[in-house]
Amino acid sequence: MLSILRARWQQGHRTISYPDSAPLVPDRLRGLPAFRADLCRQKCAACIEACPTEAITNQDGIRIDLGRCIFCNACVEVCPSGALNFTNDHRLAVRRREHLTVGQREIELAAELNSEMMRIFGRSLKLRQVSSGGCNGCEVDVNVLTTVVFDLSRFGINIVASPRHADGLIVTGPITTNMKLATLKTYAAVPAPKLVIAVGACAISGGVYRDHPEQNNGITDILPVNLYIPGCPPHPITILDGLLRLLGRVKK
Amino acid sequence: MSLAKACPIENSQAIPFSRVPCVPFDEFHRHIVETGHHGTRISSLFVMETSGSAPSSGKTPPTLIRPLRLVAILANDAGKTLTVISTDIGTSYPALTPTCPQAHMFEREIAEQWSVLPEGHPRLTPVRFQPPLRSNDGYPISANTAGLPGVTDFFRIEGEGIHEVAVGPVHAGVIEPGHFRFQCHGEDVFHLEISLGYQHRGIERAILGGPHRRTLHHMETLAGDTTVGHTLAYSQAIEALSGCKVSRRAKVLRAVGLELERLANHTGDLGALAGDVGFLPTASYCGRIRGDFLNLTALICGSRLGRSFIRPGGVGFDVDSERLTRLTDGLSRASKDVHVAVEVLWETPSVMSRFEDTGVVSRKVCLELGLVGPAARACGSEQDIRRDFPRGAYRTSKILLPAFERRIGDVASRAFVRWAEIQNSLLFLREILQQLPPGEIIEPEAAHLSRTLEPDSLVVSLVEGWRGEICHTIVTDAHGAFARYKIVDPSFHNWIGLEMAMRNQEISDFPLCNKSFNLSYCGFDL
Repeated sequence: MLSILRARWQQGHRTISYPDSAPLVPDRLRGLPAFRADLCRQKCAACIEACPTEAITNQDGIRIDLGRCIFCNACVEVCPSGALNFTNDHRLAVRRREHLTVGQREIELAAELNSEMMRIFGRSLKLRQVSSGGCNGCEVDVNVLTTVVFDLSRFGINIVASPRHADGLIVTGPITTNMKLATLKTYAAVPAPKLVIAVGACAISGGVYRDHPEQNNGITDILPVNLYIPGCPPHPITILDGLLRLLGRVKK
Repeated sequence: MSLAKACPIENSQAIPFSRVPCVPFDEFHRHIVETGHHGTRISSLFVMETSGSAPSSGKTPPTLIRPLRLVAILANDAGKTLTVISTDIGTSYPALTPTCPQAHMFEREIAEQWSVLPEGHPRLTPVRFQPPLRSNDGYPISANTAGLPGVTDFFRIEGEGIHEVAVGPVHAGVIEPGHFRFQCHGEDVFHLEISLGYQHRGIERAILGGPHRRTLHHMETLAGDTTVGHTLAYSQAIEALSGCKVSRRAKVLRAVGLELERLANHTGDLGALAGDVGFLPTASYCGRIRGDFLNLTALICGSRLGRSFIRPGGVGFDVDSERLTRLTDGLSRASKDVHVAVEVLWETPSVMSRFEDTGVVSRKVCLELGLVGPAARACGSEQDIRRDFPRGAYRTSKILLPAFERRIGDVASRAFVRWAEIQNSLLFLREILQQLPPGEIIEPEAAHLSRTLEPDSLVVSLVEGWRGEICHTIVTDAHGAFARYKIVDPSFHNWIGLEMAMRNQEISDFPLCNKSFNLSYCGFDL
């Protein structure tokens, strides 16, 4: 007993003060990309060719689809003029699929739910996570939100065991052929009104498995999505930021 | 009768494919069975299409346009020998499994991927419910082609009071999908059968003809929690096929990445085991300390899982002296925290009484089924790729295999082995970080390596991931592209270990037993 108390003393208080203060993110974190149109040699297309997930296109200028981007740095490494860079800005969550395309305009970060949904979910949001293919990377970074560091439940958000107890789904993975039915059944088991939160490049677009015949290019065209959190996988603080934006707890 | 001669190979060294002996099936079979009696494990057993004409033995029916070759990669840990042997097969062959149980999952996979029938296999159910890998359709299809996942012929026990419990694919926690079918009598589990494939996303098919632009990223996402392990196996194989030398600095940084991955996952597992027996202090601390180790990986490469860190030719990120200080300071802090957090676990009788004698897998069963990694070491099987087939920094800085008392294959043994390995990895990291060799971190031509792979070659790359042996085998075609890329995640060997651990256990011990293996669904499903 004494050693348990001693251990408790030694481990100390570890919950981060976010969102009251800015989160500590790794300086090398690849977060929101920054594109300098003035430096870009429009005709070179090196970044477009290097991108493994066809996230970069040139439509009157370079556009980056964060829903496809896996933040691998390949585009930055080949850019001859230094026009592309990843900043360590962790804020990436949006409400609409088209808001994930950046380069020619600023990212439009997620707005809070409408007033009726805020009335229902604003103080208590129970989420069920469904893993539908993918690599388990998004799952582990969702899971850590329940550790003492992030302490998700202090925001009234909980991950629950049954879809029947849930207000919405966190979907990860590209929706493999073999998981599509189970994912749809889980969604059907959630009582309305319900939310769908797509976490990671796979769930948004298929990610590195996009166009494989064994999967469905994510949940975007299958269920109505209320929140998109891009990344491969997103940093836990990016996921938390998205959830808190949806509930109007983070606005900046 | 003397045994057929298998070709000795080295971990991550390419050989011309023509040197792989192709022997008659009977000799192939006898070789695997006989060497198996002397402790040789099947690291990989797979089928590939060969470009040549149908074999002269006349066994192959004329319907086979491209003949098939069965290739075995065999590892003997005590003798530190790695060998390869092969045989030509037709649309069926006598199964190895009845005389060599290690082959059971491989042969089920072969049946599913190639529509080849291993005759006499005792349990030929689907592995992943995946479509065949074959390049042409129109072959005789065996009973087990892709159907609805989880809809299969489960083993059933009948009798008074016997009932069946079905769990999954959607589980209660934030975990991957899989289906578990228990045959129970009251609380007692007579039999557990695990049916996977829900995470199947076609990686082995997609990388054929590669390397492609996405291949490295497919490797990073074979199993997200083993990003460094799998990417290292891939990189070693590509370097072998392109004759690329990796700097000593990069080798050390790779080992740092691999050990941080092991530390994070082993720490998380001990926390999860504590959580499953309701001992919240260790559960809570270890959940957090796991993140501290992941954050050290992110300190190096920006990604907690090690994405973009390991790549063919070296590593993507350097550690300067300032970052090195932050890394070693972080390690010291996490090391102190994890010692305090884990040691209270062993001192708590209510924890130990739940761990001890729960989910026992005997050493005999472990060897027969070819289990790998910590799960095998917990049964008393001596094996560790870092010691037996070392590459990179493990060749120069010897890693000591952890000594621990309990090796009887129960949950407590699987917990102790993780703790021993955590302490060991911390010592190893301290040693190699003391003298980080100078030099470049990546070969200048690294970006072009994949264009210059040796044609018609075979390479086997082994890495001791945190779950155990990762085995990647590449066979290149006449143009140096991937004719076959076989991936074996340690989970492929070990899922049956969990099934065996649950026999005659109470069903309420399933979460604990499951956590004590903590296997990958996506690494298995590919």
